[in-house]
Amino acid sequence: MRSVKQLVDSFLLTELLKGLRVTLKNMFRKKVTVQYPDEKTPQSPRFRGLHALRTYPNGEERCIACKLCEAVCPAAAITIEAGPRESDGTRRTTKYEIDLFKCIYCGFCEESCPVDSIVETRVFDYHFENRGENIMTKAMLLEVGRRYEPEIASDREADAKYR
Amino acid sequence: MSEIDLLAWGETLFFIVLKIVAILLPLILAVAYTTYAERKIIGYMQLRVGPNRVGPRGWLQPISDVIKLIMKEIVVPKGSSKSLFVVAPVLFIGPSFAAWAVIPFDAGVVLADIDAGLLYILAMTSIAVYGVIIAGWASNSKYAFLGAMRSAAQIVSYELAMGFALVGVLMCAQSMNLGEIVLAQSGGFFQWYWLPLFPLLVVYWISGVAETNRAPFDMAEGESEIVAGFHVEYAGMAFSLFFLAEYANMILISFLTALLFFGGWLSPFEGYGWLDSATNWIPGTVWLLLKSGFFLFGLIWIRATFPRFRYDQIMRLGWKIFIPVTLVWISIVAIWIKLNWWPFNN
Amino acid sequence: MSFQVLVFYSFAAVLIFSALMVVTSKHSVKAALFLVLSFAAASGIWMLLEAEFLAISLIVVYVGAVMVLLLFVVMMLDVDYAALRQGFVSKLPVAAIVACGFFILLYSFINQGVFSDDRYQAPPPKPADYSNVKELGRVLYTEYLIAFETAAVILLVAIIAAIALTFRGRRSRKSQNIQKQLSANKQNRLKVLDIKPVIRQKSDESRPEEEHSKDSNLDSAESEATKSEKAESKSTGSDSSKGKPA
Repeated sequence: MRSVKQLVDSFLLTELLKGLRVTLKNMFRKKVTVQYPDEKTPQSPRFRGLHALRTYPNGEERCIACKLCEAVCPAAAITIEAGPRESDGTRRTTKYEIDLFKCIYCGFCEESCPVDSIVETRVFDYHFENRGENIMTKAMLLEVGRRYEPEIASDREADAKYR
Repeated sequence: MSEIDLLAWGETLFFIVLKIVAILLPLILAVAYTTYAERKIIGYMQLRVGPNRVGPRGWLQPISDVIKLIMKEIVVPKGSSKSLFVVAPVLFIGPSFAAWAVIPFDAGVVLADIDAGLLYILAMTSIAVYGVIIAGWASNSKYAFLGAMRSAAQIVSYELAMGFALVGVLMCAQSMNLGEIVLAQSGGFFQWYWLPLFPLLVVYWISGVAETNRAPFDMAEGESEIVAGFHVEYAGMAFSLFFLAEYANMILISFLTALLFFGGWLSPFEGYGWLDSATNWIPGTVWLLLKSGFFLFGLIWIRATFPRFRYDQIMRLGWKIFIPVTLVWISIVAIWIKLNWWPFNN
Repeated sequence: MSFQVLVFYSFAAVLIFSALMVVTSKHSVKAALFLVLSFAAASGIWMLLEAEFLAISLIVVYVGAVMVLLLFVVMMLDVDYAALRQGFVSKLPVAAIVACGFFILLYSFINQGVFSDDRYQAPPPKPADYSNVKELGRVLYTEYLIAFETAAVILLVAIIAAIALTFRGRRSRKSQNIQKQLSANKQNRLKVLDIKPVIRQKSDESRPEEEHSKDSNLDSAESEATKSEKAESKSTGSDSSKGKPA
């Protein structure tokens, strides 16, 4: 009896029709698409995006060229050269570069930094137009840090109690 | 030859070309917007919104796609057979356009009113397989070749089932002319052939999906298995010819289903009293377009719903199920006609 | 020269050209494709003879099916063209003699007037409502019924012979039984077992002999697992026995 029912079912394509009903129903349901440039999904304060080098409120750069980030970086994306600064002789980086093609955005550099200098911002929608633009130089990193400082500061503030 | 003869020739030629343009131009436009409709419908079925950036609600998307494809470079792979590589897309799109010559859009509105119209369409769809095979072979790529082989085997097998399903139709209609087949169905919704030939309709429809290489029968393309199948090496306009042909075939299958099983341009309310008189003003072409539009939607709907068949499953379905089913139903229909039962009692 | 004659000559030219290319082209795939073209041209000529059913069936059968399968085979052949061309010169005289003899034979046969124009008159024009298809069907299924059916039986025999030649005994590989798969349902695949939950003691940390208590806990979990396993095997056993008669 069951095999007869099964035969009839398979010839009338009932199971296929059931499947078609599901897709048809979904067609009239509310869409879940986020219209990206106009709408954005909420981000966590811990979001790991484009890198930035922070400065103190008086404009002094935080980085002391300890090279911890370079050492911890699993993708070897960070290159640092250090030396005394000409004006006051303090130890600073003369070169601080991040290869964004190598970077895996793990956030280890940020965690290793003793002075909260290298951070990852919430910026994720950036692009390159020419070869070589994937290398973030120190000036570029500092510029990103300057531009997003309020957001970076508030994000660290929000995350501070969990660290 | 005399001058008048030449003039008459020129006139005939001009009108034929005009008619061809009048069919093909809307067809190409329909193809463009079928791609848009497909992306939108599948998007909606997957809770997405589909293309909506180019123009209001994405209405200009197909046009921008066309511009993009035209501007792209056509790459001819090294080691390929160049002449065949270029000829293949033309061989694919030619038959799928040529088949439209015998499609009637209303009573008598047809480019070539030939006696063996149905057979002609079968011939055209079977020629189209050469485009696929040649494309796969000329590309000198193993994925393309695998796709071509799969597609050839699939089209050859499903053509049989499709042909048998059509045999049922022409037995009922006593004609192979598409216009006469439609006229034989006159008499309202329940006089159309979908009811007495229901199993053949199902077989025809599914074979149609297989014949156009559409999901769930898109073994020839099978993105997850053989990249893009036979057209993996094609880019730009050469690729878009394949694309165009596939969608033209889709529209053709929808039209044929409407013509052969659902009364073509006939109104469904024919002979239903006030319903008939209330819908009398609607031209037949509108009915035909509505019906074939529904089947076109069905093709897209099927693609949005079902996963791809495995190769041996496709072959099993074609040879072991469809062909026996059609053969049995053809015999039933033959007895039916011989005994003069409804609906063949006129 | 009327339009029809022009069309005839163009189709004939294509036919002769492609037929020549079939024998002269170096690549077997291209030769096969030229054969397809010559079929198409021949069907064009048949169309001019008002034999549209035959013309279209030529396309459907030969172009659409036979040649596709032939191409299938030809494309997968790995032909060594250099080896094929070896010995061309040494075999040329023999080939030339054979070709000449064949040509003379054909010419003398054709010259007898068997294929002359007056023997094959143009068919009389048909009335507008003349249906080629119907006439052909009528003739095939009345006058030539036995010949037609015999041809069909011969084809059937050929199919069976082909299968018999390639049949190598029963296949021993495991293949899926789709009917069986489709008839599977929840009732004979899944069994919900009533397993008592394991309640862990919360006082694990407070106890001094932590190690020991953990061990005992593990033990109990293990015994529970074996128990459930046994239950499962029992259930599958009963299932298979149930499945046998069906």
